[in-house]
Amino acid sequence: MTDRPVLTVEHLGLSIGGARIIDDVSLSVAEGEMLGVIGPNGAGKTTLFNLISGLMVPTEGRVELEGVDVTSHSIPRRARAGLGRTFQTSSLFGGLTALENARLAAQSKLGGALSVVRFPRSRDAATEIAQQRLAEVGLADYADTDAGVLSHGDKRKLEIAMLLAQEPRVILLDEPMAGVSSGDVAGLVEVIRTVHKSGRTVLMVEHHMDVVLGLVDRVAVMHHGSVLACDTPDKVMADATVQSAYLGESL
Amino acid sequence: MSTVVLLLITGLGLGALYFLIASGLSLIYGLMGVLNFAHGSFLTLGAFAGFELARRLDGASWGTFFLTVILGALVGAAVAALTELLLIRRLYNRHIEQVLVTVGLALASVALFEGIWGTDPIYVSAPEWFSQTTEILGARIPNDRFILIAAAVIVLLGIVFFLRYTRFGLVIRAGVENRSMVTALGIDVRKAFTVVFAIGGAAAGLGGVLASHYFGYVSPHLGGSLLIFAFIVTVIGGLGSLAGAAIASVIVAVLQQFANFYLGGTGDLVVVLLLAGVLLVRPSGLLGRKA
Repeated sequence: MTDRPVLTVEHLGLSIGGARIIDDVSLSVAEGEMLGVIGPNGAGKTTLFNLISGLMVPTEGRVELEGVDVTSHSIPRRARAGLGRTFQTSSLFGGLTALENARLAAQSKLGGALSVVRFPRSRDAATEIAQQRLAEVGLADYADTDAGVLSHGDKRKLEIAMLLAQEPRVILLDEPMAGVSSGDVAGLVEVIRTVHKSGRTVLMVEHHMDVVLGLVDRVAVMHHGSVLACDTPDKVMADATVQSAYLGESL
Repeated sequence: MSTVVLLLITGLGLGALYFLIASGLSLIYGLMGVLNFAHGSFLTLGAFAGFELARRLDGASWGTFFLTVILGALVGAAVAALTELLLIRRLYNRHIEQVLVTVGLALASVALFEGIWGTDPIYVSAPEWFSQTTEILGARIPNDRFILIAAAVIVLLGIVFFLRYTRFGLVIRAGVENRSMVTALGIDVRKAFTVVFAIGGAAAGLGGVLASHYFGYVSPHLGGSLLIFAFIVTVIGGLGSLAGAAIASVIVAVLQQFANFYLGGTGDLVVVLLLAGVLLVRPSGLLGRKA
């Protein structure tokens, strides 16, 4: 981990009809760091995520990716600039195999080389990337299984493999545990841990606090649209403001 | 027995023709949601291109026949790709406008063909073998049926191979399932749209040349009359499903032949009744996704 920020959010704000949904949020994620964003329902976690990923446009502030202002960039443009994200709704192609899904994502990274006569099953760059990423999330044995019949947890793993195949500079995970059965949570947590340990930069929004605190380097606590505290899990848990404003209230 | 075999193989030949049109219609609808009413014009133009080449060369030679087939496919592909680039591309997700544009193109092209080649059917010359028959189980089968069936099988295998084993094929299959997700991955699906139009146009143009041998003539209305049945086939098979189109082509054409022979020429009526039945019982078609 270095101190060089990959993703920076500066004084981000969103007002809708006079109501402040997001209020002066500043965060930065350093190279190789994993930052978690937690908070009760309605705290503005998902809105913040949407502002960073480009689904919504902020009314104030800016989002920078490696020093470049991407605040007004479209989602595909942010994706090309290296901002990779998962979707809360499943973004898989159910009728394609796991390998084909990952391959498609790898193809998007390889871009211009969309040749008509190249064969995906032969050993080309995209297939190799796809196979590596499937192995990384523990789905190597399911390469030829249709994505539609995978378990919910495995679908999430495949989405992460697809994200990795696009080789983003920073990975945005939107509630990765949502809808995953309790039996699958541990496996998915391990996959996310592996992804982070391999040196990738991750920003994760997640409702399950125990999951977040065990995974991240730093955690930002959101409440009423602003960030109460942003520090290591230990320090945040010891923070009096956090305890009274969020933990005391919701637990 | 020999009558049944004759009807069956003739039906397969006609089904092959339907499939050559329906495969393109189904792929185009599956990927882009475009109902291409101009598809028959690609077929007609392919047929006229083949005719023009054949009358300049020796129409009775096999070499000429293969050249006309290739030319028909190329002309169909080129016109289809141009149609996509110049007209359809500007109208994605505007379905009413798409229908209007493709219907308009179909009407205008028929008028154009009538202006160039006249309204009367033009008889085409073919290798000697086409007009001969081969005896199978006592039935004397016109040889052109075998050419049609072989061509449809080759086109079906070719498209399946393309979809399964090429990069574009992967993008197209993913796009048929969820087009906006493919875009979100940063892949430009518009290239795939043009490719799919070109493939559909090639199959239709090839079908045009073969249709001119099946019917023995070319006319400006050749494509339009086949297009109706190709649409019925596409709906029965399930919009967007290639395998569905192949199965439905055979069912519709064979049923049509048998009804024409045994039920006093009611083939077209039976096909429309089949369509109504499928729509009532299984609105998404034999192999279509649920709408």
